[in-house]
Amino acid sequence: MKRSLPTIALVLVLTAAALGAERFPPPEFTNHVLPTTTTPAPRSVVADMVYIGALAVALALAALFVHVLRSRVAIVVLAIVSLGYFGWFYGGCLCPVGAVQNVAQALGGGAVLPVLVVVVFLLPLIVAIFVGRAFCAGVCPLGAIQDLVVIHPLRVPSWLDGSLRLLPYAYLGLAVLAAATGSAYLICEYDPFLGLFRLAGPLTIVIAGLSLLAIGTIIARPYCRWLCPYGLMLSWASRFSQRRVKIAPTQCVNCRLCEDACPVGAIQTPNSGRPVPRHQGRGALAATLVLLPVLVAAGAWGGKLLAPTLARLDATVRLAEQLDAEASGAAAGTTEASDAFRATARPVKDLQKDAAALREKFLLGSTLLGAFMGLTVGGKLVSLCRRTTRTTYEADKALCLACGRCLKYCPVGRGAAETALGGAAT
Amino acid sequence: MSAPSGRQPTRRGALGMIVRIAGAVGLGAAVASIGRWAGGPAAASTTAQREVWQLDPHKCIQCGRCATACVLTPSAVKCVHAYAMCGYCELCTGYFPPDPYDLTTAAENQLCPTGAIQRSYIEDPYYEYIIDEKLCIGCGKCVKGCAAFGNGSLFMQVRHDLCLNCNQCAIAAACPAGAYRRVSAAHPYLLKDRSENAKESPQ
Ligand code: SF4
Ligand code: SF4
Ligand code: SF4
Ligand code: SF4
Ligand code: SF4
Repeated sequence: MKRSLPTIALVLVLTAAALGAERFPPPEFTNHVLPTTTTPAPRSVVADMVYIGALAVALALAALFVHVLRSRVAIVVLAIVSLGYFGWFYGGCLCPVGAVQNVAQALGGGAVLPVLVVVVFLLPLIVAIFVGRAFCAGVCPLGAIQDLVVIHPLRVPSWLDGSLRLLPYAYLGLAVLAAATGSAYLICEYDPFLGLFRLAGPLTIVIAGLSLLAIGTIIARPYCRWLCPYGLMLSWASRFSQRRVKIAPTQCVNCRLCEDACPVGAIQTPNSGRPVPRHQGRGALAATLVLLPVLVAAGAWGGKLLAPTLARLDATVRLAEQLDAEASGAAAGTTEASDAFRATARPVKDLQKDAAALREKFLLGSTLLGAFMGLTVGGKLVSLCRRTTRTTYEADKALCLACGRCLKYCPVGRGAAETALGGAAT
Repeated sequence: MSAPSGRQPTRRGALGMIVRIAGAVGLGAAVASIGRWAGGPAAASTTAQREVWQLDPHKCIQCGRCATACVLTPSAVKCVHAYAMCGYCELCTGYFPPDPYDLTTAAENQLCPTGAIQRSYIEDPYYEYIIDEKLCIGCGKCVKGCAAFGNGSLFMQVRHDLCLNCNQCAIAAACPAGAYRRVSAAHPYLLKDRSENAKESPQ
């Protein structure tokens, strides 16, 4: 008789909805107290405050070490501590690099923007406006883990470096687009080091992180230079900074000792070593200025073409396409997602409307992204034509990660002997 | 050592500082006000507390990804029980497979792959089922059984004492039912209860 109960249940399930039917009225006990379902609280606000405080202190220390103490050793110590706290202890979330997406999603109208996120996003940027990329120097755990493995940095040819430095523009643009439409958080999903910080996560990401670290022993900080979307924003902010890393504490004597010190190619040489005749330079500038609108238009057009593909970043769009394909017989079978959708009894029209709205957003966003990329490439070309009148070796405000390696190479102000060697200091 | 000329207060330096301060304030104001002018759900609550991930048990189809997609192993998602909804069935379809060999608590009779459900006799013919969260891996097998043949009182939740609150929950990205969403940290659970039974999920 007992065996027949499942059979009864089976009959019941055919007559009732699959979810939430009260098939067996809960008993009314006389002397049994029902246990309560526990609801453990999330991490407390206090922990977040501590995190913000630590971020602020670390930024202040980084600025101090780079600009006042001018000590590479102090920066390395800070990087190790930051890696331990922000990386392994805190688990990597929330971080300023990823916060870009929360801001973008709020911008798209799809999420609330907690104060915590606003502060975490802004702190390093505001610091960069005043003193440069102190965050990259020894606070960011992603930067720190890469910086600590640099053993024998090779110089990357400037044409290659310059081209690869366009990647963060595309990555930032894509990440903002995906987050603003509420489709995905690409920066977090593909953060190569998150898996290492948590000692968990998808195997592919852990392998990617390890490979990047292996490459990072000879190609310094590849993620920072050629991918990091937040690093790009920091480079914009640091162009306004009052201070740059001052390689020579007083007057640079052009001894060229620092030239190879920088592992990320951020030291600008006097005049960039390209004396171009004035009329030639003007001609090139005029040509690129004419080319600029063409590039922007071409980018916008390309972006528009890419929109339907990019829209597939969104699960709703994917689901709508799958349902279309199933309806038209183009799909071989159903998917878990389409089955799940049908089980909700929500009208397909509803979903199609959502998907259409999302496609609209992607069309606009992708066109803008394309135009932005055109502008980026054009701007790069224009900047290549600019005549520089630099007379000393100095760190590029935007590209310098403030790691402090170059500081110890400069003979100026390292004491009497070195000063004498350098000659004309002060 | 005389100070380098760049460090001396000049009119240009002062102007630069004003630009910087204005830039910083402007940036701060712009980001802080984003939620307001974007007019989304953020409109009223830009300064709201943090948010955390939670799964809506009414949308979940027990696909099993909660056990495998979480960055934590075992997953931060566990089965929980809405006791007031439970029928206290002797033949719990969340506890026993549809055709148990025998009515015992022997391992081969249990649906749960880790034996995380404790069955105890209350009074004839009622039994109580309690989840040992240390053992539960969030596979959803019991939830599926309970939803299909029982009252649906077993369901899954992200447990916030375990969850790292990833900025992008890996399960949310993988869930075929779109069951995950961010909820206010002040109300971090989407619990089932008896009054809600057979009703659609809120929102
Ligand atoms: S460039 Fe990006 S990853 Fe590198 S240190 Fe800066 S913020 Fe971190
Ligand atoms: S501090 Fe010096 S070595 Fe380091 S990134 Fe900047 S210029 Fe290069
Ligand atoms: S991934 Fe989604 S559908 Fe699958 S078990 Fe988890 S909540 Fe349920
Ligand atoms: S069957 Fe799966 S979800 Fe249910 S208690 Fe066991 S491990 Fe947890
Ligand atoms: S937020 Fe992270 S830890 Fe929490 S359930 Fe999702 S993947 Fe797991």
